Amino acid sequence: MADITWTSEIVPLASGPLHVARSGSGTPLLVLHHDIGSPERLPFYDALARHHTVLVPSHPGYDKSERPSWMRSVRDVAVVYQALIAEKQLADVTLVGLGFGGWIAAEMATMAPRGFEKLVLVGAMGLKPERGEIADQALLSYIAYVRLGFADQAAYDRYYGDAIAVERLEQLDLNREMTFRIAWRPYMFNPTLPHLLGAVQTPALVVWGRDDRIVPLECGERYAKALRNATLEVIDGAGHFVEMEKPEQLVRLIEGA
Amino acid sequence: MHLMYFTEQPMSAYDEQAGRDFGATALMFSNKHFDPVAGSRLYNEYLEHYKLAEEVGFDGIMLNEHHNAPFCMQAKCNVFASILAAMTKRVKIVLLGNPLPLAEDPLRLAEELAMIDMVSKGRLVSGFVRGGGQEQLATGVNPAYNRERFEEAHDVVIKAWTQPGPFRYEGNHYHHRVVNPWAVPLQKPHPRVWIPGVLSKETIIWAAKVGYPYIALSTEIEATRKIWELYDKVAAENGHSGGPEFRGYLQRIHVAETEEKAMANARQFMWMQGEFTGLAHPVWSSPSGYFTPAMRKAFVEFAVGRRSNPRGADFEDQIRNQQIIAGTPKTVLPRLRRLLEETRPSIMGMWASDGFVSPQDTRACIRLLGEEVLPAVREIGKELGLWSPFEANAPTSRAFPEPARPAGEV
Repeated sequence: MADITWTSEIVPLASGPLHVARSGSGTPLLVLHHDIGSPERLPFYDALARHHTVLVPSHPGYDKSERPSWMRSVRDVAVVYQALIAEKQLADVTLVGLGFGGWIAAEMATMAPRGFEKLVLVGAMGLKPERGEIADQALLSYIAYVRLGFADQAAYDRYYGDAIAVERLEQLDLNREMTFRIAWRPYMFNPTLPHLLGAVQTPALVVWGRDDRIVPLECGERYAKALRNATLEVIDGAGHFVEMEKPEQLVRLIEGA
Repeated sequence: MHLMYFTEQPMSAYDEQAGRDFGATALMFSNKHFDPVAGSRLYNEYLEHYKLAEEVGFDGIMLNEHHNAPFCMQAKCNVFASILAAMTKRVKIVLLGNPLPLAEDPLRLAEELAMIDMVSKGRLVSGFVRGGGQEQLATGVNPAYNRERFEEAHDVVIKAWTQPGPFRYEGNHYHHRVVNPWAVPLQKPHPRVWIPGVLSKETIIWAAKVGYPYIALSTEIEATRKIWELYDKVAAENGHSGGPEFRGYLQRIHVAETEEKAMANARQFMWMQGEFTGLAHPVWSSPSGYFTPAMRKAFVEFAVGRRSNPRGADFEDQIRNQQIIAGTPKTVLPRLRRLLEETRPSIMGMWASDGFVSPQDTRACIRLLGEEVLPAVREIGKELGLWSPFEANAPTSRAFPEPARPAGEV
């Protein structure tokens, strides 16, 4: 996809500057990345940019966005993204939330029950599993945690290679620290979120990797049940990082939904 | 000089091989390996050792605490401090210390410490620490706010000790609508506070700014000198001169009747397999946000197995660089003199044994230290002008320039 070009800018929001990468044209799509941050480009992002204006912000305190020392919750991040949408005067936005970014997207949807075109949650954190547990990254090395998110270790190798550069490891540590700052306790869920999801009128697509070892599939089932207008799609052969392991399938679901 | 006896209170009675097989002995190493029968015996042995340390002439007993690890059985140093407050008569009870960030309620801590100070008739030295890396996880406390919580909890404790209540405290991490504890310390302005540490510059700088003595925990002589250079520089910038009464050092030192026996027992200092050496877990011991940002590169490489523990060194190296001293009373003294001459501390903890050293050998070591080493060290201290904060009537802190002493005493 050589024709896809990306630009990036620092958006000076009142709450602090935010790094946003942008590509494509068409209806706007806001992609919210995982707790591990995001590679600068992904085939998944490029594929979406063929039919949409795609915005991929770095969450406040992650990758290229500087750390807001005041920030204390995932809901704060959701509010910052509402401000980004207003600042950029975007309308009819589709939210695509990946893992931790899915939790942010779900919070955003509850804040504006009719405010979005579509809500796509992929392996989203945010809800407490009833049977299993959300994997605790505090107990795992940076690499082990990323590996855990892949069903197929060959896919991990394709994206991350043999040895992640030390600079990337340091960034993974900074991202993890920011995750701790806003999602330490309760770890990776918001006990009030389930009570607010039922008001969301935005049509929702909930996608889960069959082999997600970071957020159990039961959380996908709960999201699909709690949201009044949702369908659940389970992708075989994918783990938590569906957008890296099965990008074509995920794009097809998003475009078709 | 102020000379203290210290033990980590090792819980050596567990299946060591199980620890090796698991690959770590902290945090997630199952507590099914903890034997409360052995625990009961060991706690009582340690109490006997503390009693003996007072008898043979130590000035203080240094206590600490750790969580979820066999290398230290004290899960709450205030418990042993309370026992010693009633059981001992003369020694200072030196807590190095209570991990402030782990406290959900620093006011409770202020009350407990005030009670210990009153029961001991004003013998409390209340040190504070950040807590080890894995302990943030063991207590569910956010490592990313460790330093903020440390400073804020300290603020709560000192205010609760020194400002008449009731008043309100609204911080970033601690919120107390009513601060009015019905127990305040006997010592005024408040018990002395000493701050121990290993390698975080931030802690040294903070202690120097506030004006508390800093206690270097078994660092190499050269590293210790660098600590004092930094401490004295920051102290000077903040209006005090630093120097011996602000300097403490924890020395691992085992003495016995023969060199061979001392050396064999000193190897047990390497037994500690938890937080700081040996089988420290590279991830659990260094959660994100906990370690000093200047060391980020070293710790992330450690976490993924690309380098050894930035906190560790092997036995021979530690003997060579005097982080561990072992020998007969006669042979350890030149090395202690070197330490005192080159780093000039006035407070010294003697960590006398660890691991599987027998209670008999530990008692013999305490006795030899008390009868033969302490008097000689005191002489060296006098010769070098190493006056402890008590001897020098040093200020309690920058905020409270008067020396701490029991109320009513002059």
